Amino acid sequence: MLAFIGNRALLAIPTLIFISFISFVIIQLPPGDYVTAYAAQLRHAGEYISPLQEEMMRDQFGLNDPMIVQYWRWISDIVLRGDFGYSLEWNAPVSTLIWDRLMLTLAISSASLVLTWAIAIPVGVYSASRQYSFLDHLFTVFGFLGKGIPDFLLALILMWLAFAYLNMDVGGLFSPEFQNAPWSLAKLGNLLSHLWIPLVVLATGGAAGLIRVMRANMLDELGKPYVETAYAQGLSEARVVWTYPVRVALNPFISTVGWALPALFSGDVITAVVLNLPTTGPLLLQALKMQDMYLAGSFILILSVFTVVGTLISDILLAWFDPRIRNA
Amino acid sequence: MGSKTMKTFDMPQERLLDVDNVQVHFPLREGLVKAVDGVSYHVNKGEVLGIVGESGSGKSITARSIMRLLPKRAVDAGGQVRMQLRSGEQFDLSSFGRNSRAIRQVRGKHIGMIFQEPMTALSPVHTIGAQIMRTVQLHMGLSRAAARERAIDLLAKVQMPRPEQLVDAFPHQLSGGMRQRAMIALAISCDPALLIADEPTTALDVTTEAQILELLKRLQSELGMAIIFITHNFGVVADIADRVSVMYLGRIVETATVDDIFYAPKHPYTQALLRSIPRLGVDQGRRLPTIPGMVPDPFSVPPGCTFNPRCSHALSGLCDTQTPPEKRFGSQMSRCHIAEQFAQEPVHA
Ligand SMILES: Nc1ncnc2c1ncn2[C@@H]1O[C@H](COP(=O)(O)OP(=O)(O)O)[C@@H](O)[C@H]1O
Ligand code: SF4
Ligand SMILES: [Mg+2]
Repeated sequence: MLAFIGNRALLAIPTLIFISFISFVIIQLPPGDYVTAYAAQLRHAGEYISPLQEEMMRDQFGLNDPMIVQYWRWISDIVLRGDFGYSLEWNAPVSTLIWDRLMLTLAISSASLVLTWAIAIPVGVYSASRQYSFLDHLFTVFGFLGKGIPDFLLALILMWLAFAYLNMDVGGLFSPEFQNAPWSLAKLGNLLSHLWIPLVVLATGGAAGLIRVMRANMLDELGKPYVETAYAQGLSEARVVWTYPVRVALNPFISTVGWALPALFSGDVITAVVLNLPTTGPLLLQALKMQDMYLAGSFILILSVFTVVGTLISDILLAWFDPRIRNA
Repeated sequence: MGSKTMKTFDMPQERLLDVDNVQVHFPLREGLVKAVDGVSYHVNKGEVLGIVGESGSGKSITARSIMRLLPKRAVDAGGQVRMQLRSGEQFDLSSFGRNSRAIRQVRGKHIGMIFQEPMTALSPVHTIGAQIMRTVQLHMGLSRAAARERAIDLLAKVQMPRPEQLVDAFPHQLSGGMRQRAMIALAISCDPALLIADEPTTALDVTTEAQILELLKRLQSELGMAIIFITHNFGVVADIADRVSVMYLGRIVETATVDDIFYAPKHPYTQALLRSIPRLGVDQGRRLPTIPGMVPDPFSVPPGCTFNPRCSHALSGLCDTQTPPEKRFGSQMSRCHIAEQFAQEPVHA
């Protein structure tokens, strides 16, 4: 088991180096650079900077150096000093820009993952063991609705409901008075009262699909001979179902843990924008638009680290859960 | 638990299990399938009853109705299954619900079951030890440590090599024969009075099959348990059974001691099955006779004797209109209109 983990972890390192280099290069692929984008923005606002000034800025930011030199400067600072560089646009260290958002993103995605599973697993198991029952049909309808309605629409509907009927202020994660307040119990309470909408939105979208997956997996497993063997031992239905087929049916689930981590970073940007969440998605979008390469590069790097680490975690969980993989 | 120690029905002292006129139907879109159409047999304490019949004749479904483990779509259409232990305890199994506490205290404890597919009949994500321990902890109230000890003992008893290590093995790490040994250890883990073995060797190669049969015979005499041994292979039955019931299309057509079945069969279907067994020396290089015709599809079972379209003795006007009654010749039973005719002539020399 330890050898297995070590093996997978070692494999992850070259993957990460490769991804970091490629992402750095891709960010700079579009014509122009941050200074071009910055000048265009200024012109748009009716101001003007001379080509000479542009050149000076480029020199100052080191944008004229060869790509490989820029990459090395960036990545060595990260690895050796934990310094993610400076956001040109925000004129602030990348780490201060990202850190809070990163933590919130992590919190929201793990909470929504837990909620998704807490809904999807019992419902899927119930639906399969009571196939074609009234509740099974009801859950099926819910599942298709949940999958059919886009997340951002659901977010808008919930926001409107909460605002119009519950008289809550919605959008963002804090009420204005707490926005810049130091952490306190009141601030935490305020966070929780805002958090439920994004959680419900993310969890229903995810759960709707996973219920179908869990139900199908369970139906497969329930028909297998080892389930009959378990019944023939005199175990109760609940014990048979939860100790045997559920264990096997969960395996495909576990392999998706890895994707859940980076999902909110990227896939759920629209929901985050609609809900005005200070997560990482909207910031990344902006950084890419401005070719703010250190910020964008760091983002993508962290995103990749999460993906790789997430995949690593699900591999390990899967091996721990399923002996057939561990011994393969 | 109301039936504990209570004597609720009369049964001969030596009787362990009585299966009486059991009927199981499958209402399918294409029509009603009477998969088990009035099956009766009995098993005495410590005896091996072989059940033989072509695939689809209802052997497994009958066995599952004893355990109350019928498929979801099956309809229990009548009949009675009763069991009587050495202690005098009696159970009216057919009155128990599928998930009732009463039947759960019989399953695994008084009746063990072995299935055909050793590859898939054990949970792939639990060690064989964990699966055995769960059963003995459930029925014998053992501690974890004691249950593990017992699991190792059981594995030794079924001649699993290195039981102390293989108790922690997962099914996929074992060969088919070893898995079937683990399955047997699980089935006998609580010293059941009855073991139902549903084609336990069908999926195995000939050498392994012989070893497993040998093991079952040894365990049977060691533990004094009775066995219902289901197979479609007459050769296997000769090896292990005391008595044999032959099934065709959801009914028992003949029951007799193993000697009578082989040397004085009184039903044309039994005779036809026997003729299709290859015999060493005699049949080398000769094509074996097969039973003419096909097993009718379950939606259009022939009227009268269900075997009549394939029977070379069939009498038109009788066999295709009237269901033959059970005819008894001492302990032998045959459901054939002309069973008396076979009373003397030995068919299978
Ligand atoms: N799950 C099921 N659904 C529908 N019909 C079934 C099912 N299981 C068994 N049957 C019917 O019952 C008949 C007897 O099955 P079974 O007892 O498994 O036969 P055997 O064990 O003798 O090969 C089959 O031919 C089939 O028509
Ligand atoms: S009853 Fe008639 S058809 Fe049936 S087995 Fe006997 S002889 Fe053949
Ligand atoms: Mg069968």
